[in-house]
Amino acid sequence: MYTETQIISNSNDELVVNVGPQHPATHGVLHLVITLQGETIKKVEPHLGYIHRSIEKMCESLTYRQFIYASSRMDYLSAHINNHACALAVEKGMQIEVPQRAQYIRVIMDELTRIASHELWWGAMAMDLGAFTPFFYAFREREKITDIMEETCGARLTMNYMVPGGVMTDIHPDFQKKVKEFIELFKSKIDEYDELVTGNIIFQNRTKGVGYLSKADAISYGCTGAVARGSGVSCDIRKLYPYDIYDKVVFDEILETEGDSFARYMVRMREMRESVKIIEQLIDNIPEGEHQAKTKAVLKLPKGDFYTRVETARGELGVYIVSEGATTPYRIKFRSPGFSNLSALDQMARGGKIGDLMATMGTLDLVIPDIDR
Amino acid sequence: MTNEAIKEFVSNALPSATFDESGEFFTIQIEAVQWRPLARLLHSAPYNFDYLFCLTCVDWKTHFTNVYHLTSTDHRRAIVVKAKVDRNDPLIETVSDIWKTAEFHEREVFDLFGVRFKNHPDLRRLILTDDFEGYPLRKDFEDAVNMIKL
Repeated sequence: MYTETQIISNSNDELVVNVGPQHPATHGVLHLVITLQGETIKKVEPHLGYIHRSIEKMCESLTYRQFIYASSRMDYLSAHINNHACALAVEKGMQIEVPQRAQYIRVIMDELTRIASHELWWGAMAMDLGAFTPFFYAFREREKITDIMEETCGARLTMNYMVPGGVMTDIHPDFQKKVKEFIELFKSKIDEYDELVTGNIIFQNRTKGVGYLSKADAISYGCTGAVARGSGVSCDIRKLYPYDIYDKVVFDEILETEGDSFARYMVRMREMRESVKIIEQLIDNIPEGEHQAKTKAVLKLPKGDFYTRVETARGELGVYIVSEGATTPYRIKFRSPGFSNLSALDQMARGGKIGDLMATMGTLDLVIPDIDR
Repeated sequence: MTNEAIKEFVSNALPSATFDESGEFFTIQIEAVQWRPLARLLHSAPYNFDYLFCLTCVDWKTHFTNVYHLTSTDHRRAIVVKAKVDRNDPLIETVSDIWKTAEFHEREVFDLFGVRFKNHPDLRRLILTDDFEGYPLRKDFEDAVNMIKL
């Protein structure tokens, strides 16, 4: 956070511009201090922490059943996937075998979440560039997913559906029918999205060759998700370190090599189609059986440290638990994807124009609570 | 690239380093002063641990442990380095010039644990306000207003 008095201009004819903490394009409370020379960006300095809740400290006094709910409040657009990561961490520590049915449901939910999250990003990104219609288009389809979630999980945003050992309740009887209806609808809509924005020449001119991030820098800055894959770094956790049934489904890891804003945009657009592919393979084959493994009422992780990672809609979420054998974690660290991706923003924007900054930031897909934690 | 090979490689450079193979990742345990030379070794050939995917700290009440999770994008292999840091004078050298992601992560550790990173280009509080007192993720941190004891 930044509490000093702001310099408006300094002796080198440089102008300091503040974006945020309350700004429509930062999608939350993020403060950017931008040093400009004319229109050219010399430096971008992010200041974070406006919604820091110290989730890591909180988790130290929550049991292994409770701390999962705090994780929904980090990256709220990937709430399911965050819960999944925490559940996997506990299962890994306690060596709980998760029933097949639960694994199928989890992966379907993850992919639905990914589509919903990418849709929101797509609408917001187009809005950052001044196009308003895509936002409504994206929310129209996203609404269908939140309806499906509400029916099965009872919540639309922070679902808290995944628990150690499986999922909290069985799926709603209409779940499969509704998901199939949605997939059919979405397949036609995503072509519409491409026609509306991807092929648009103004959009392409504003994103191609802008916000370049080289492969070496993407690795050095610890970028993950679409940001790294847009620069040609293979980092999809679902492929590299498969969890649950990701090793049984057929899908491609999307890689683009240009490293500019358009490449990152294309990765996410193509990823939505892959998510559709994964859901189609699973939705008719959910096996019968238990949706939750039998677990003890009080969970205790053995002494040691455990690192679990999953691919959220933004990249790699790592859950690092240090256990002393008690009912609460001794120390917990959430390695959030947005935090590392944001640190690369300076590298991407430097030397570019102020007008392109929002386009670049849009392709980072920042969710501020995920960065601040 | 086997555990034995890494062991031999590290032992040659740092004879006092100890190893732990019980966990999920191969772990190297060192003292704070040994970290920077080791970081340089690990980052360069032949292992090329070029990707620092997690950097954090654990307060053990008697000392701190800085935990570095490293991966090599060539070899697809992860290792962990745990560096013991003195709690009374927490100081360790920065690696932000080796892995750029460390710049932000080290600022976070400084902010929440009070571990100072020598030669860090911009060591300021990152998340909390500049005038915040104390380091909240330390085990002895007390905040009568915002903390609820369970």
